Amino acid sequence: MTYSTKVIDHFEHPRNIGSLPKDDPNVGTGLVGAPECGDVMKLQIRINPDTGIIDDAKFKTFGCGSAIASSSLVTEWLKGRTVDQALAITNSDIVDELQLPPVKIHCSVLAEDAIRAAIADYQRKRENKGGTGAGTHAQPFA
Amino acid sequence: MKLPIYMDYHATTPVDPRVLEAMLPYFTQEFGNPASRNHAFGWAAEKAVELARQQVADLIGAGAKEIIFTSCATEANNLALKGVAAMYGEKGNHVITCVTEHKAVLDPCRQLEKQGVRVTYLPVRKDGRIDLDELRAAITDRTILVSIMTANNEIGVLQPVAEIGAIAREKGVLFHTDAVQAAGKIPFDVNQVTADLVSISGHKIYGPKGIGALFTRRRNPRVLLAEQISGGGHERGMRSGTLNVPGIVGLGAAAAICKAEMAAEGERLRRLRDRLNDGLHRNLDGIYVNGSMEHRLPHNLNISVAYVEGESLLMGINDVAVSSGSACTSASLEPSFVLKALGAGDDMAHSSIRFGLGRWTTEEEVDYVVDKLTAVVRRLREMSPLYELVKEGVDLSKHQWARH
Repeated sequence: MTYSTKVIDHFEHPRNIGSLPKDDPNVGTGLVGAPECGDVMKLQIRINPDTGIIDDAKFKTFGCGSAIASSSLVTEWLKGRTVDQALAITNSDIVDELQLPPVKIHCSVLAEDAIRAAIADYQRKRENKGGTGAGTHAQPFA
Repeated sequence: MKLPIYMDYHATTPVDPRVLEAMLPYFTQEFGNPASRNHAFGWAAEKAVELARQQVADLIGAGAKEIIFTSCATEANNLALKGVAAMYGEKGNHVITCVTEHKAVLDPCRQLEKQGVRVTYLPVRKDGRIDLDELRAAITDRTILVSIMTANNEIGVLQPVAEIGAIAREKGVLFHTDAVQAAGKIPFDVNQVTADLVSISGHKIYGPKGIGALFTRRRNPRVLLAEQISGGGHERGMRSGTLNVPGIVGLGAAAAICKAEMAAEGERLRRLRDRLNDGLHRNLDGIYVNGSMEHRLPHNLNISVAYVEGESLLMGINDVAVSSGSACTSASLEPSFVLKALGAGDDMAHSSIRFGLGRWTTEEEVDYVVDKLTAVVRRLREMSPLYELVKEGVDLSKHQWARH
């Protein structure tokens, strides 16, 4: 697979690897994909309760180079955005930025799914105000 | 040590300089056509071809007249399968093969099925070998051919070909084996395995690309093949086309070198392969060998690295040429069907690496690969959500994944 220099840069120097405390009410966690499909992304965002702005984003990804690059890229993009602005990110933005080849478009779709899953998780926690987030997850997550 | 390191000898091998030297005159001075029976140019070419035929035959314990040269092993496999199916159609219409065969066997089988031939694809056990009782049970009075490879190209697992050959012989069924990965690497004798048809490739044994051979037994039984390429009636009428003299000379020279050096080379590579395997197991947890370690080519290692995806592994060790069963490294976007057939699960196929060691692999290279792979696996596991979940005590197989 011949990748763009941007993919290789994100693969070799991934941004924002790590985890945020998933029980924090201000943290939303998205876990998408499946091991037998060859890619799993965990994306976490933390929203500042006063400003409504994403002030931190972390990821961990099991997957090919473009899956790692796509998730690394979106963590960079998410910081400083509101939830609505984050939801405006689409997979084609990722494809364009990373110049992903057609066979790798599913990696960008997965990254978009991860953003939506993380935001959905955050919003669920807000609705269940006072809850810790445990047991409210779409994808049960030990 | 020179980078990048080549550790993909199952894919292809470089031409041995001694082989190249043997070939060179046949491009220029000795350019004759062996079919030219009436002049010195033709005689010289014919003499070279017949020497090569003997060298190839000697490698596998055959007679020179039993060697048919083809353009590659894919062609040899096609000729064996289609040639037998067409020639023995009156005797029966059933072929037995196995799910982990190379595509050059599986695809011709699919084509035969379209022509009304019934094909049984035997499963393999977890160790990658077929069950001999299942083979016995699959043979009917309509069976004409059993085609089972000697060594698998991905996992290097050796099938019990001597036992398969004996069963086929007992039942009066022809036995073809794709020995592309095994011939020249481990002792192989057509009479010891009672094989009737054997495919060989030049570029897997330090010979050139564009040349292969099919051993076709001439006695007890005399195997007949319907030609698949018609023309001037070369190769006893079984494969027409002007002989690729430099390629044939190269295949012969490569076979002779393999025969002479096989014992020492096999032992050296086994030691290096074990060093690679031991080093990786010492440094890393969650490393699984795919297929039998006992019944395996000495120069093959195929491992799955849990919680890390294969293409990203390969990207991480981009100065080492290896291959992966990961979907992301294949054109079909499907994970390796060979690894899936072992029942290891798609996730392990996605996480696999195949190492093929060869004539120029050094201990220094092996040590470099161990160190490099260790570092890359550690780095990728640090960013693997699967590794994190497992450390938290989650059973990945019981987790409800959001499949896409």
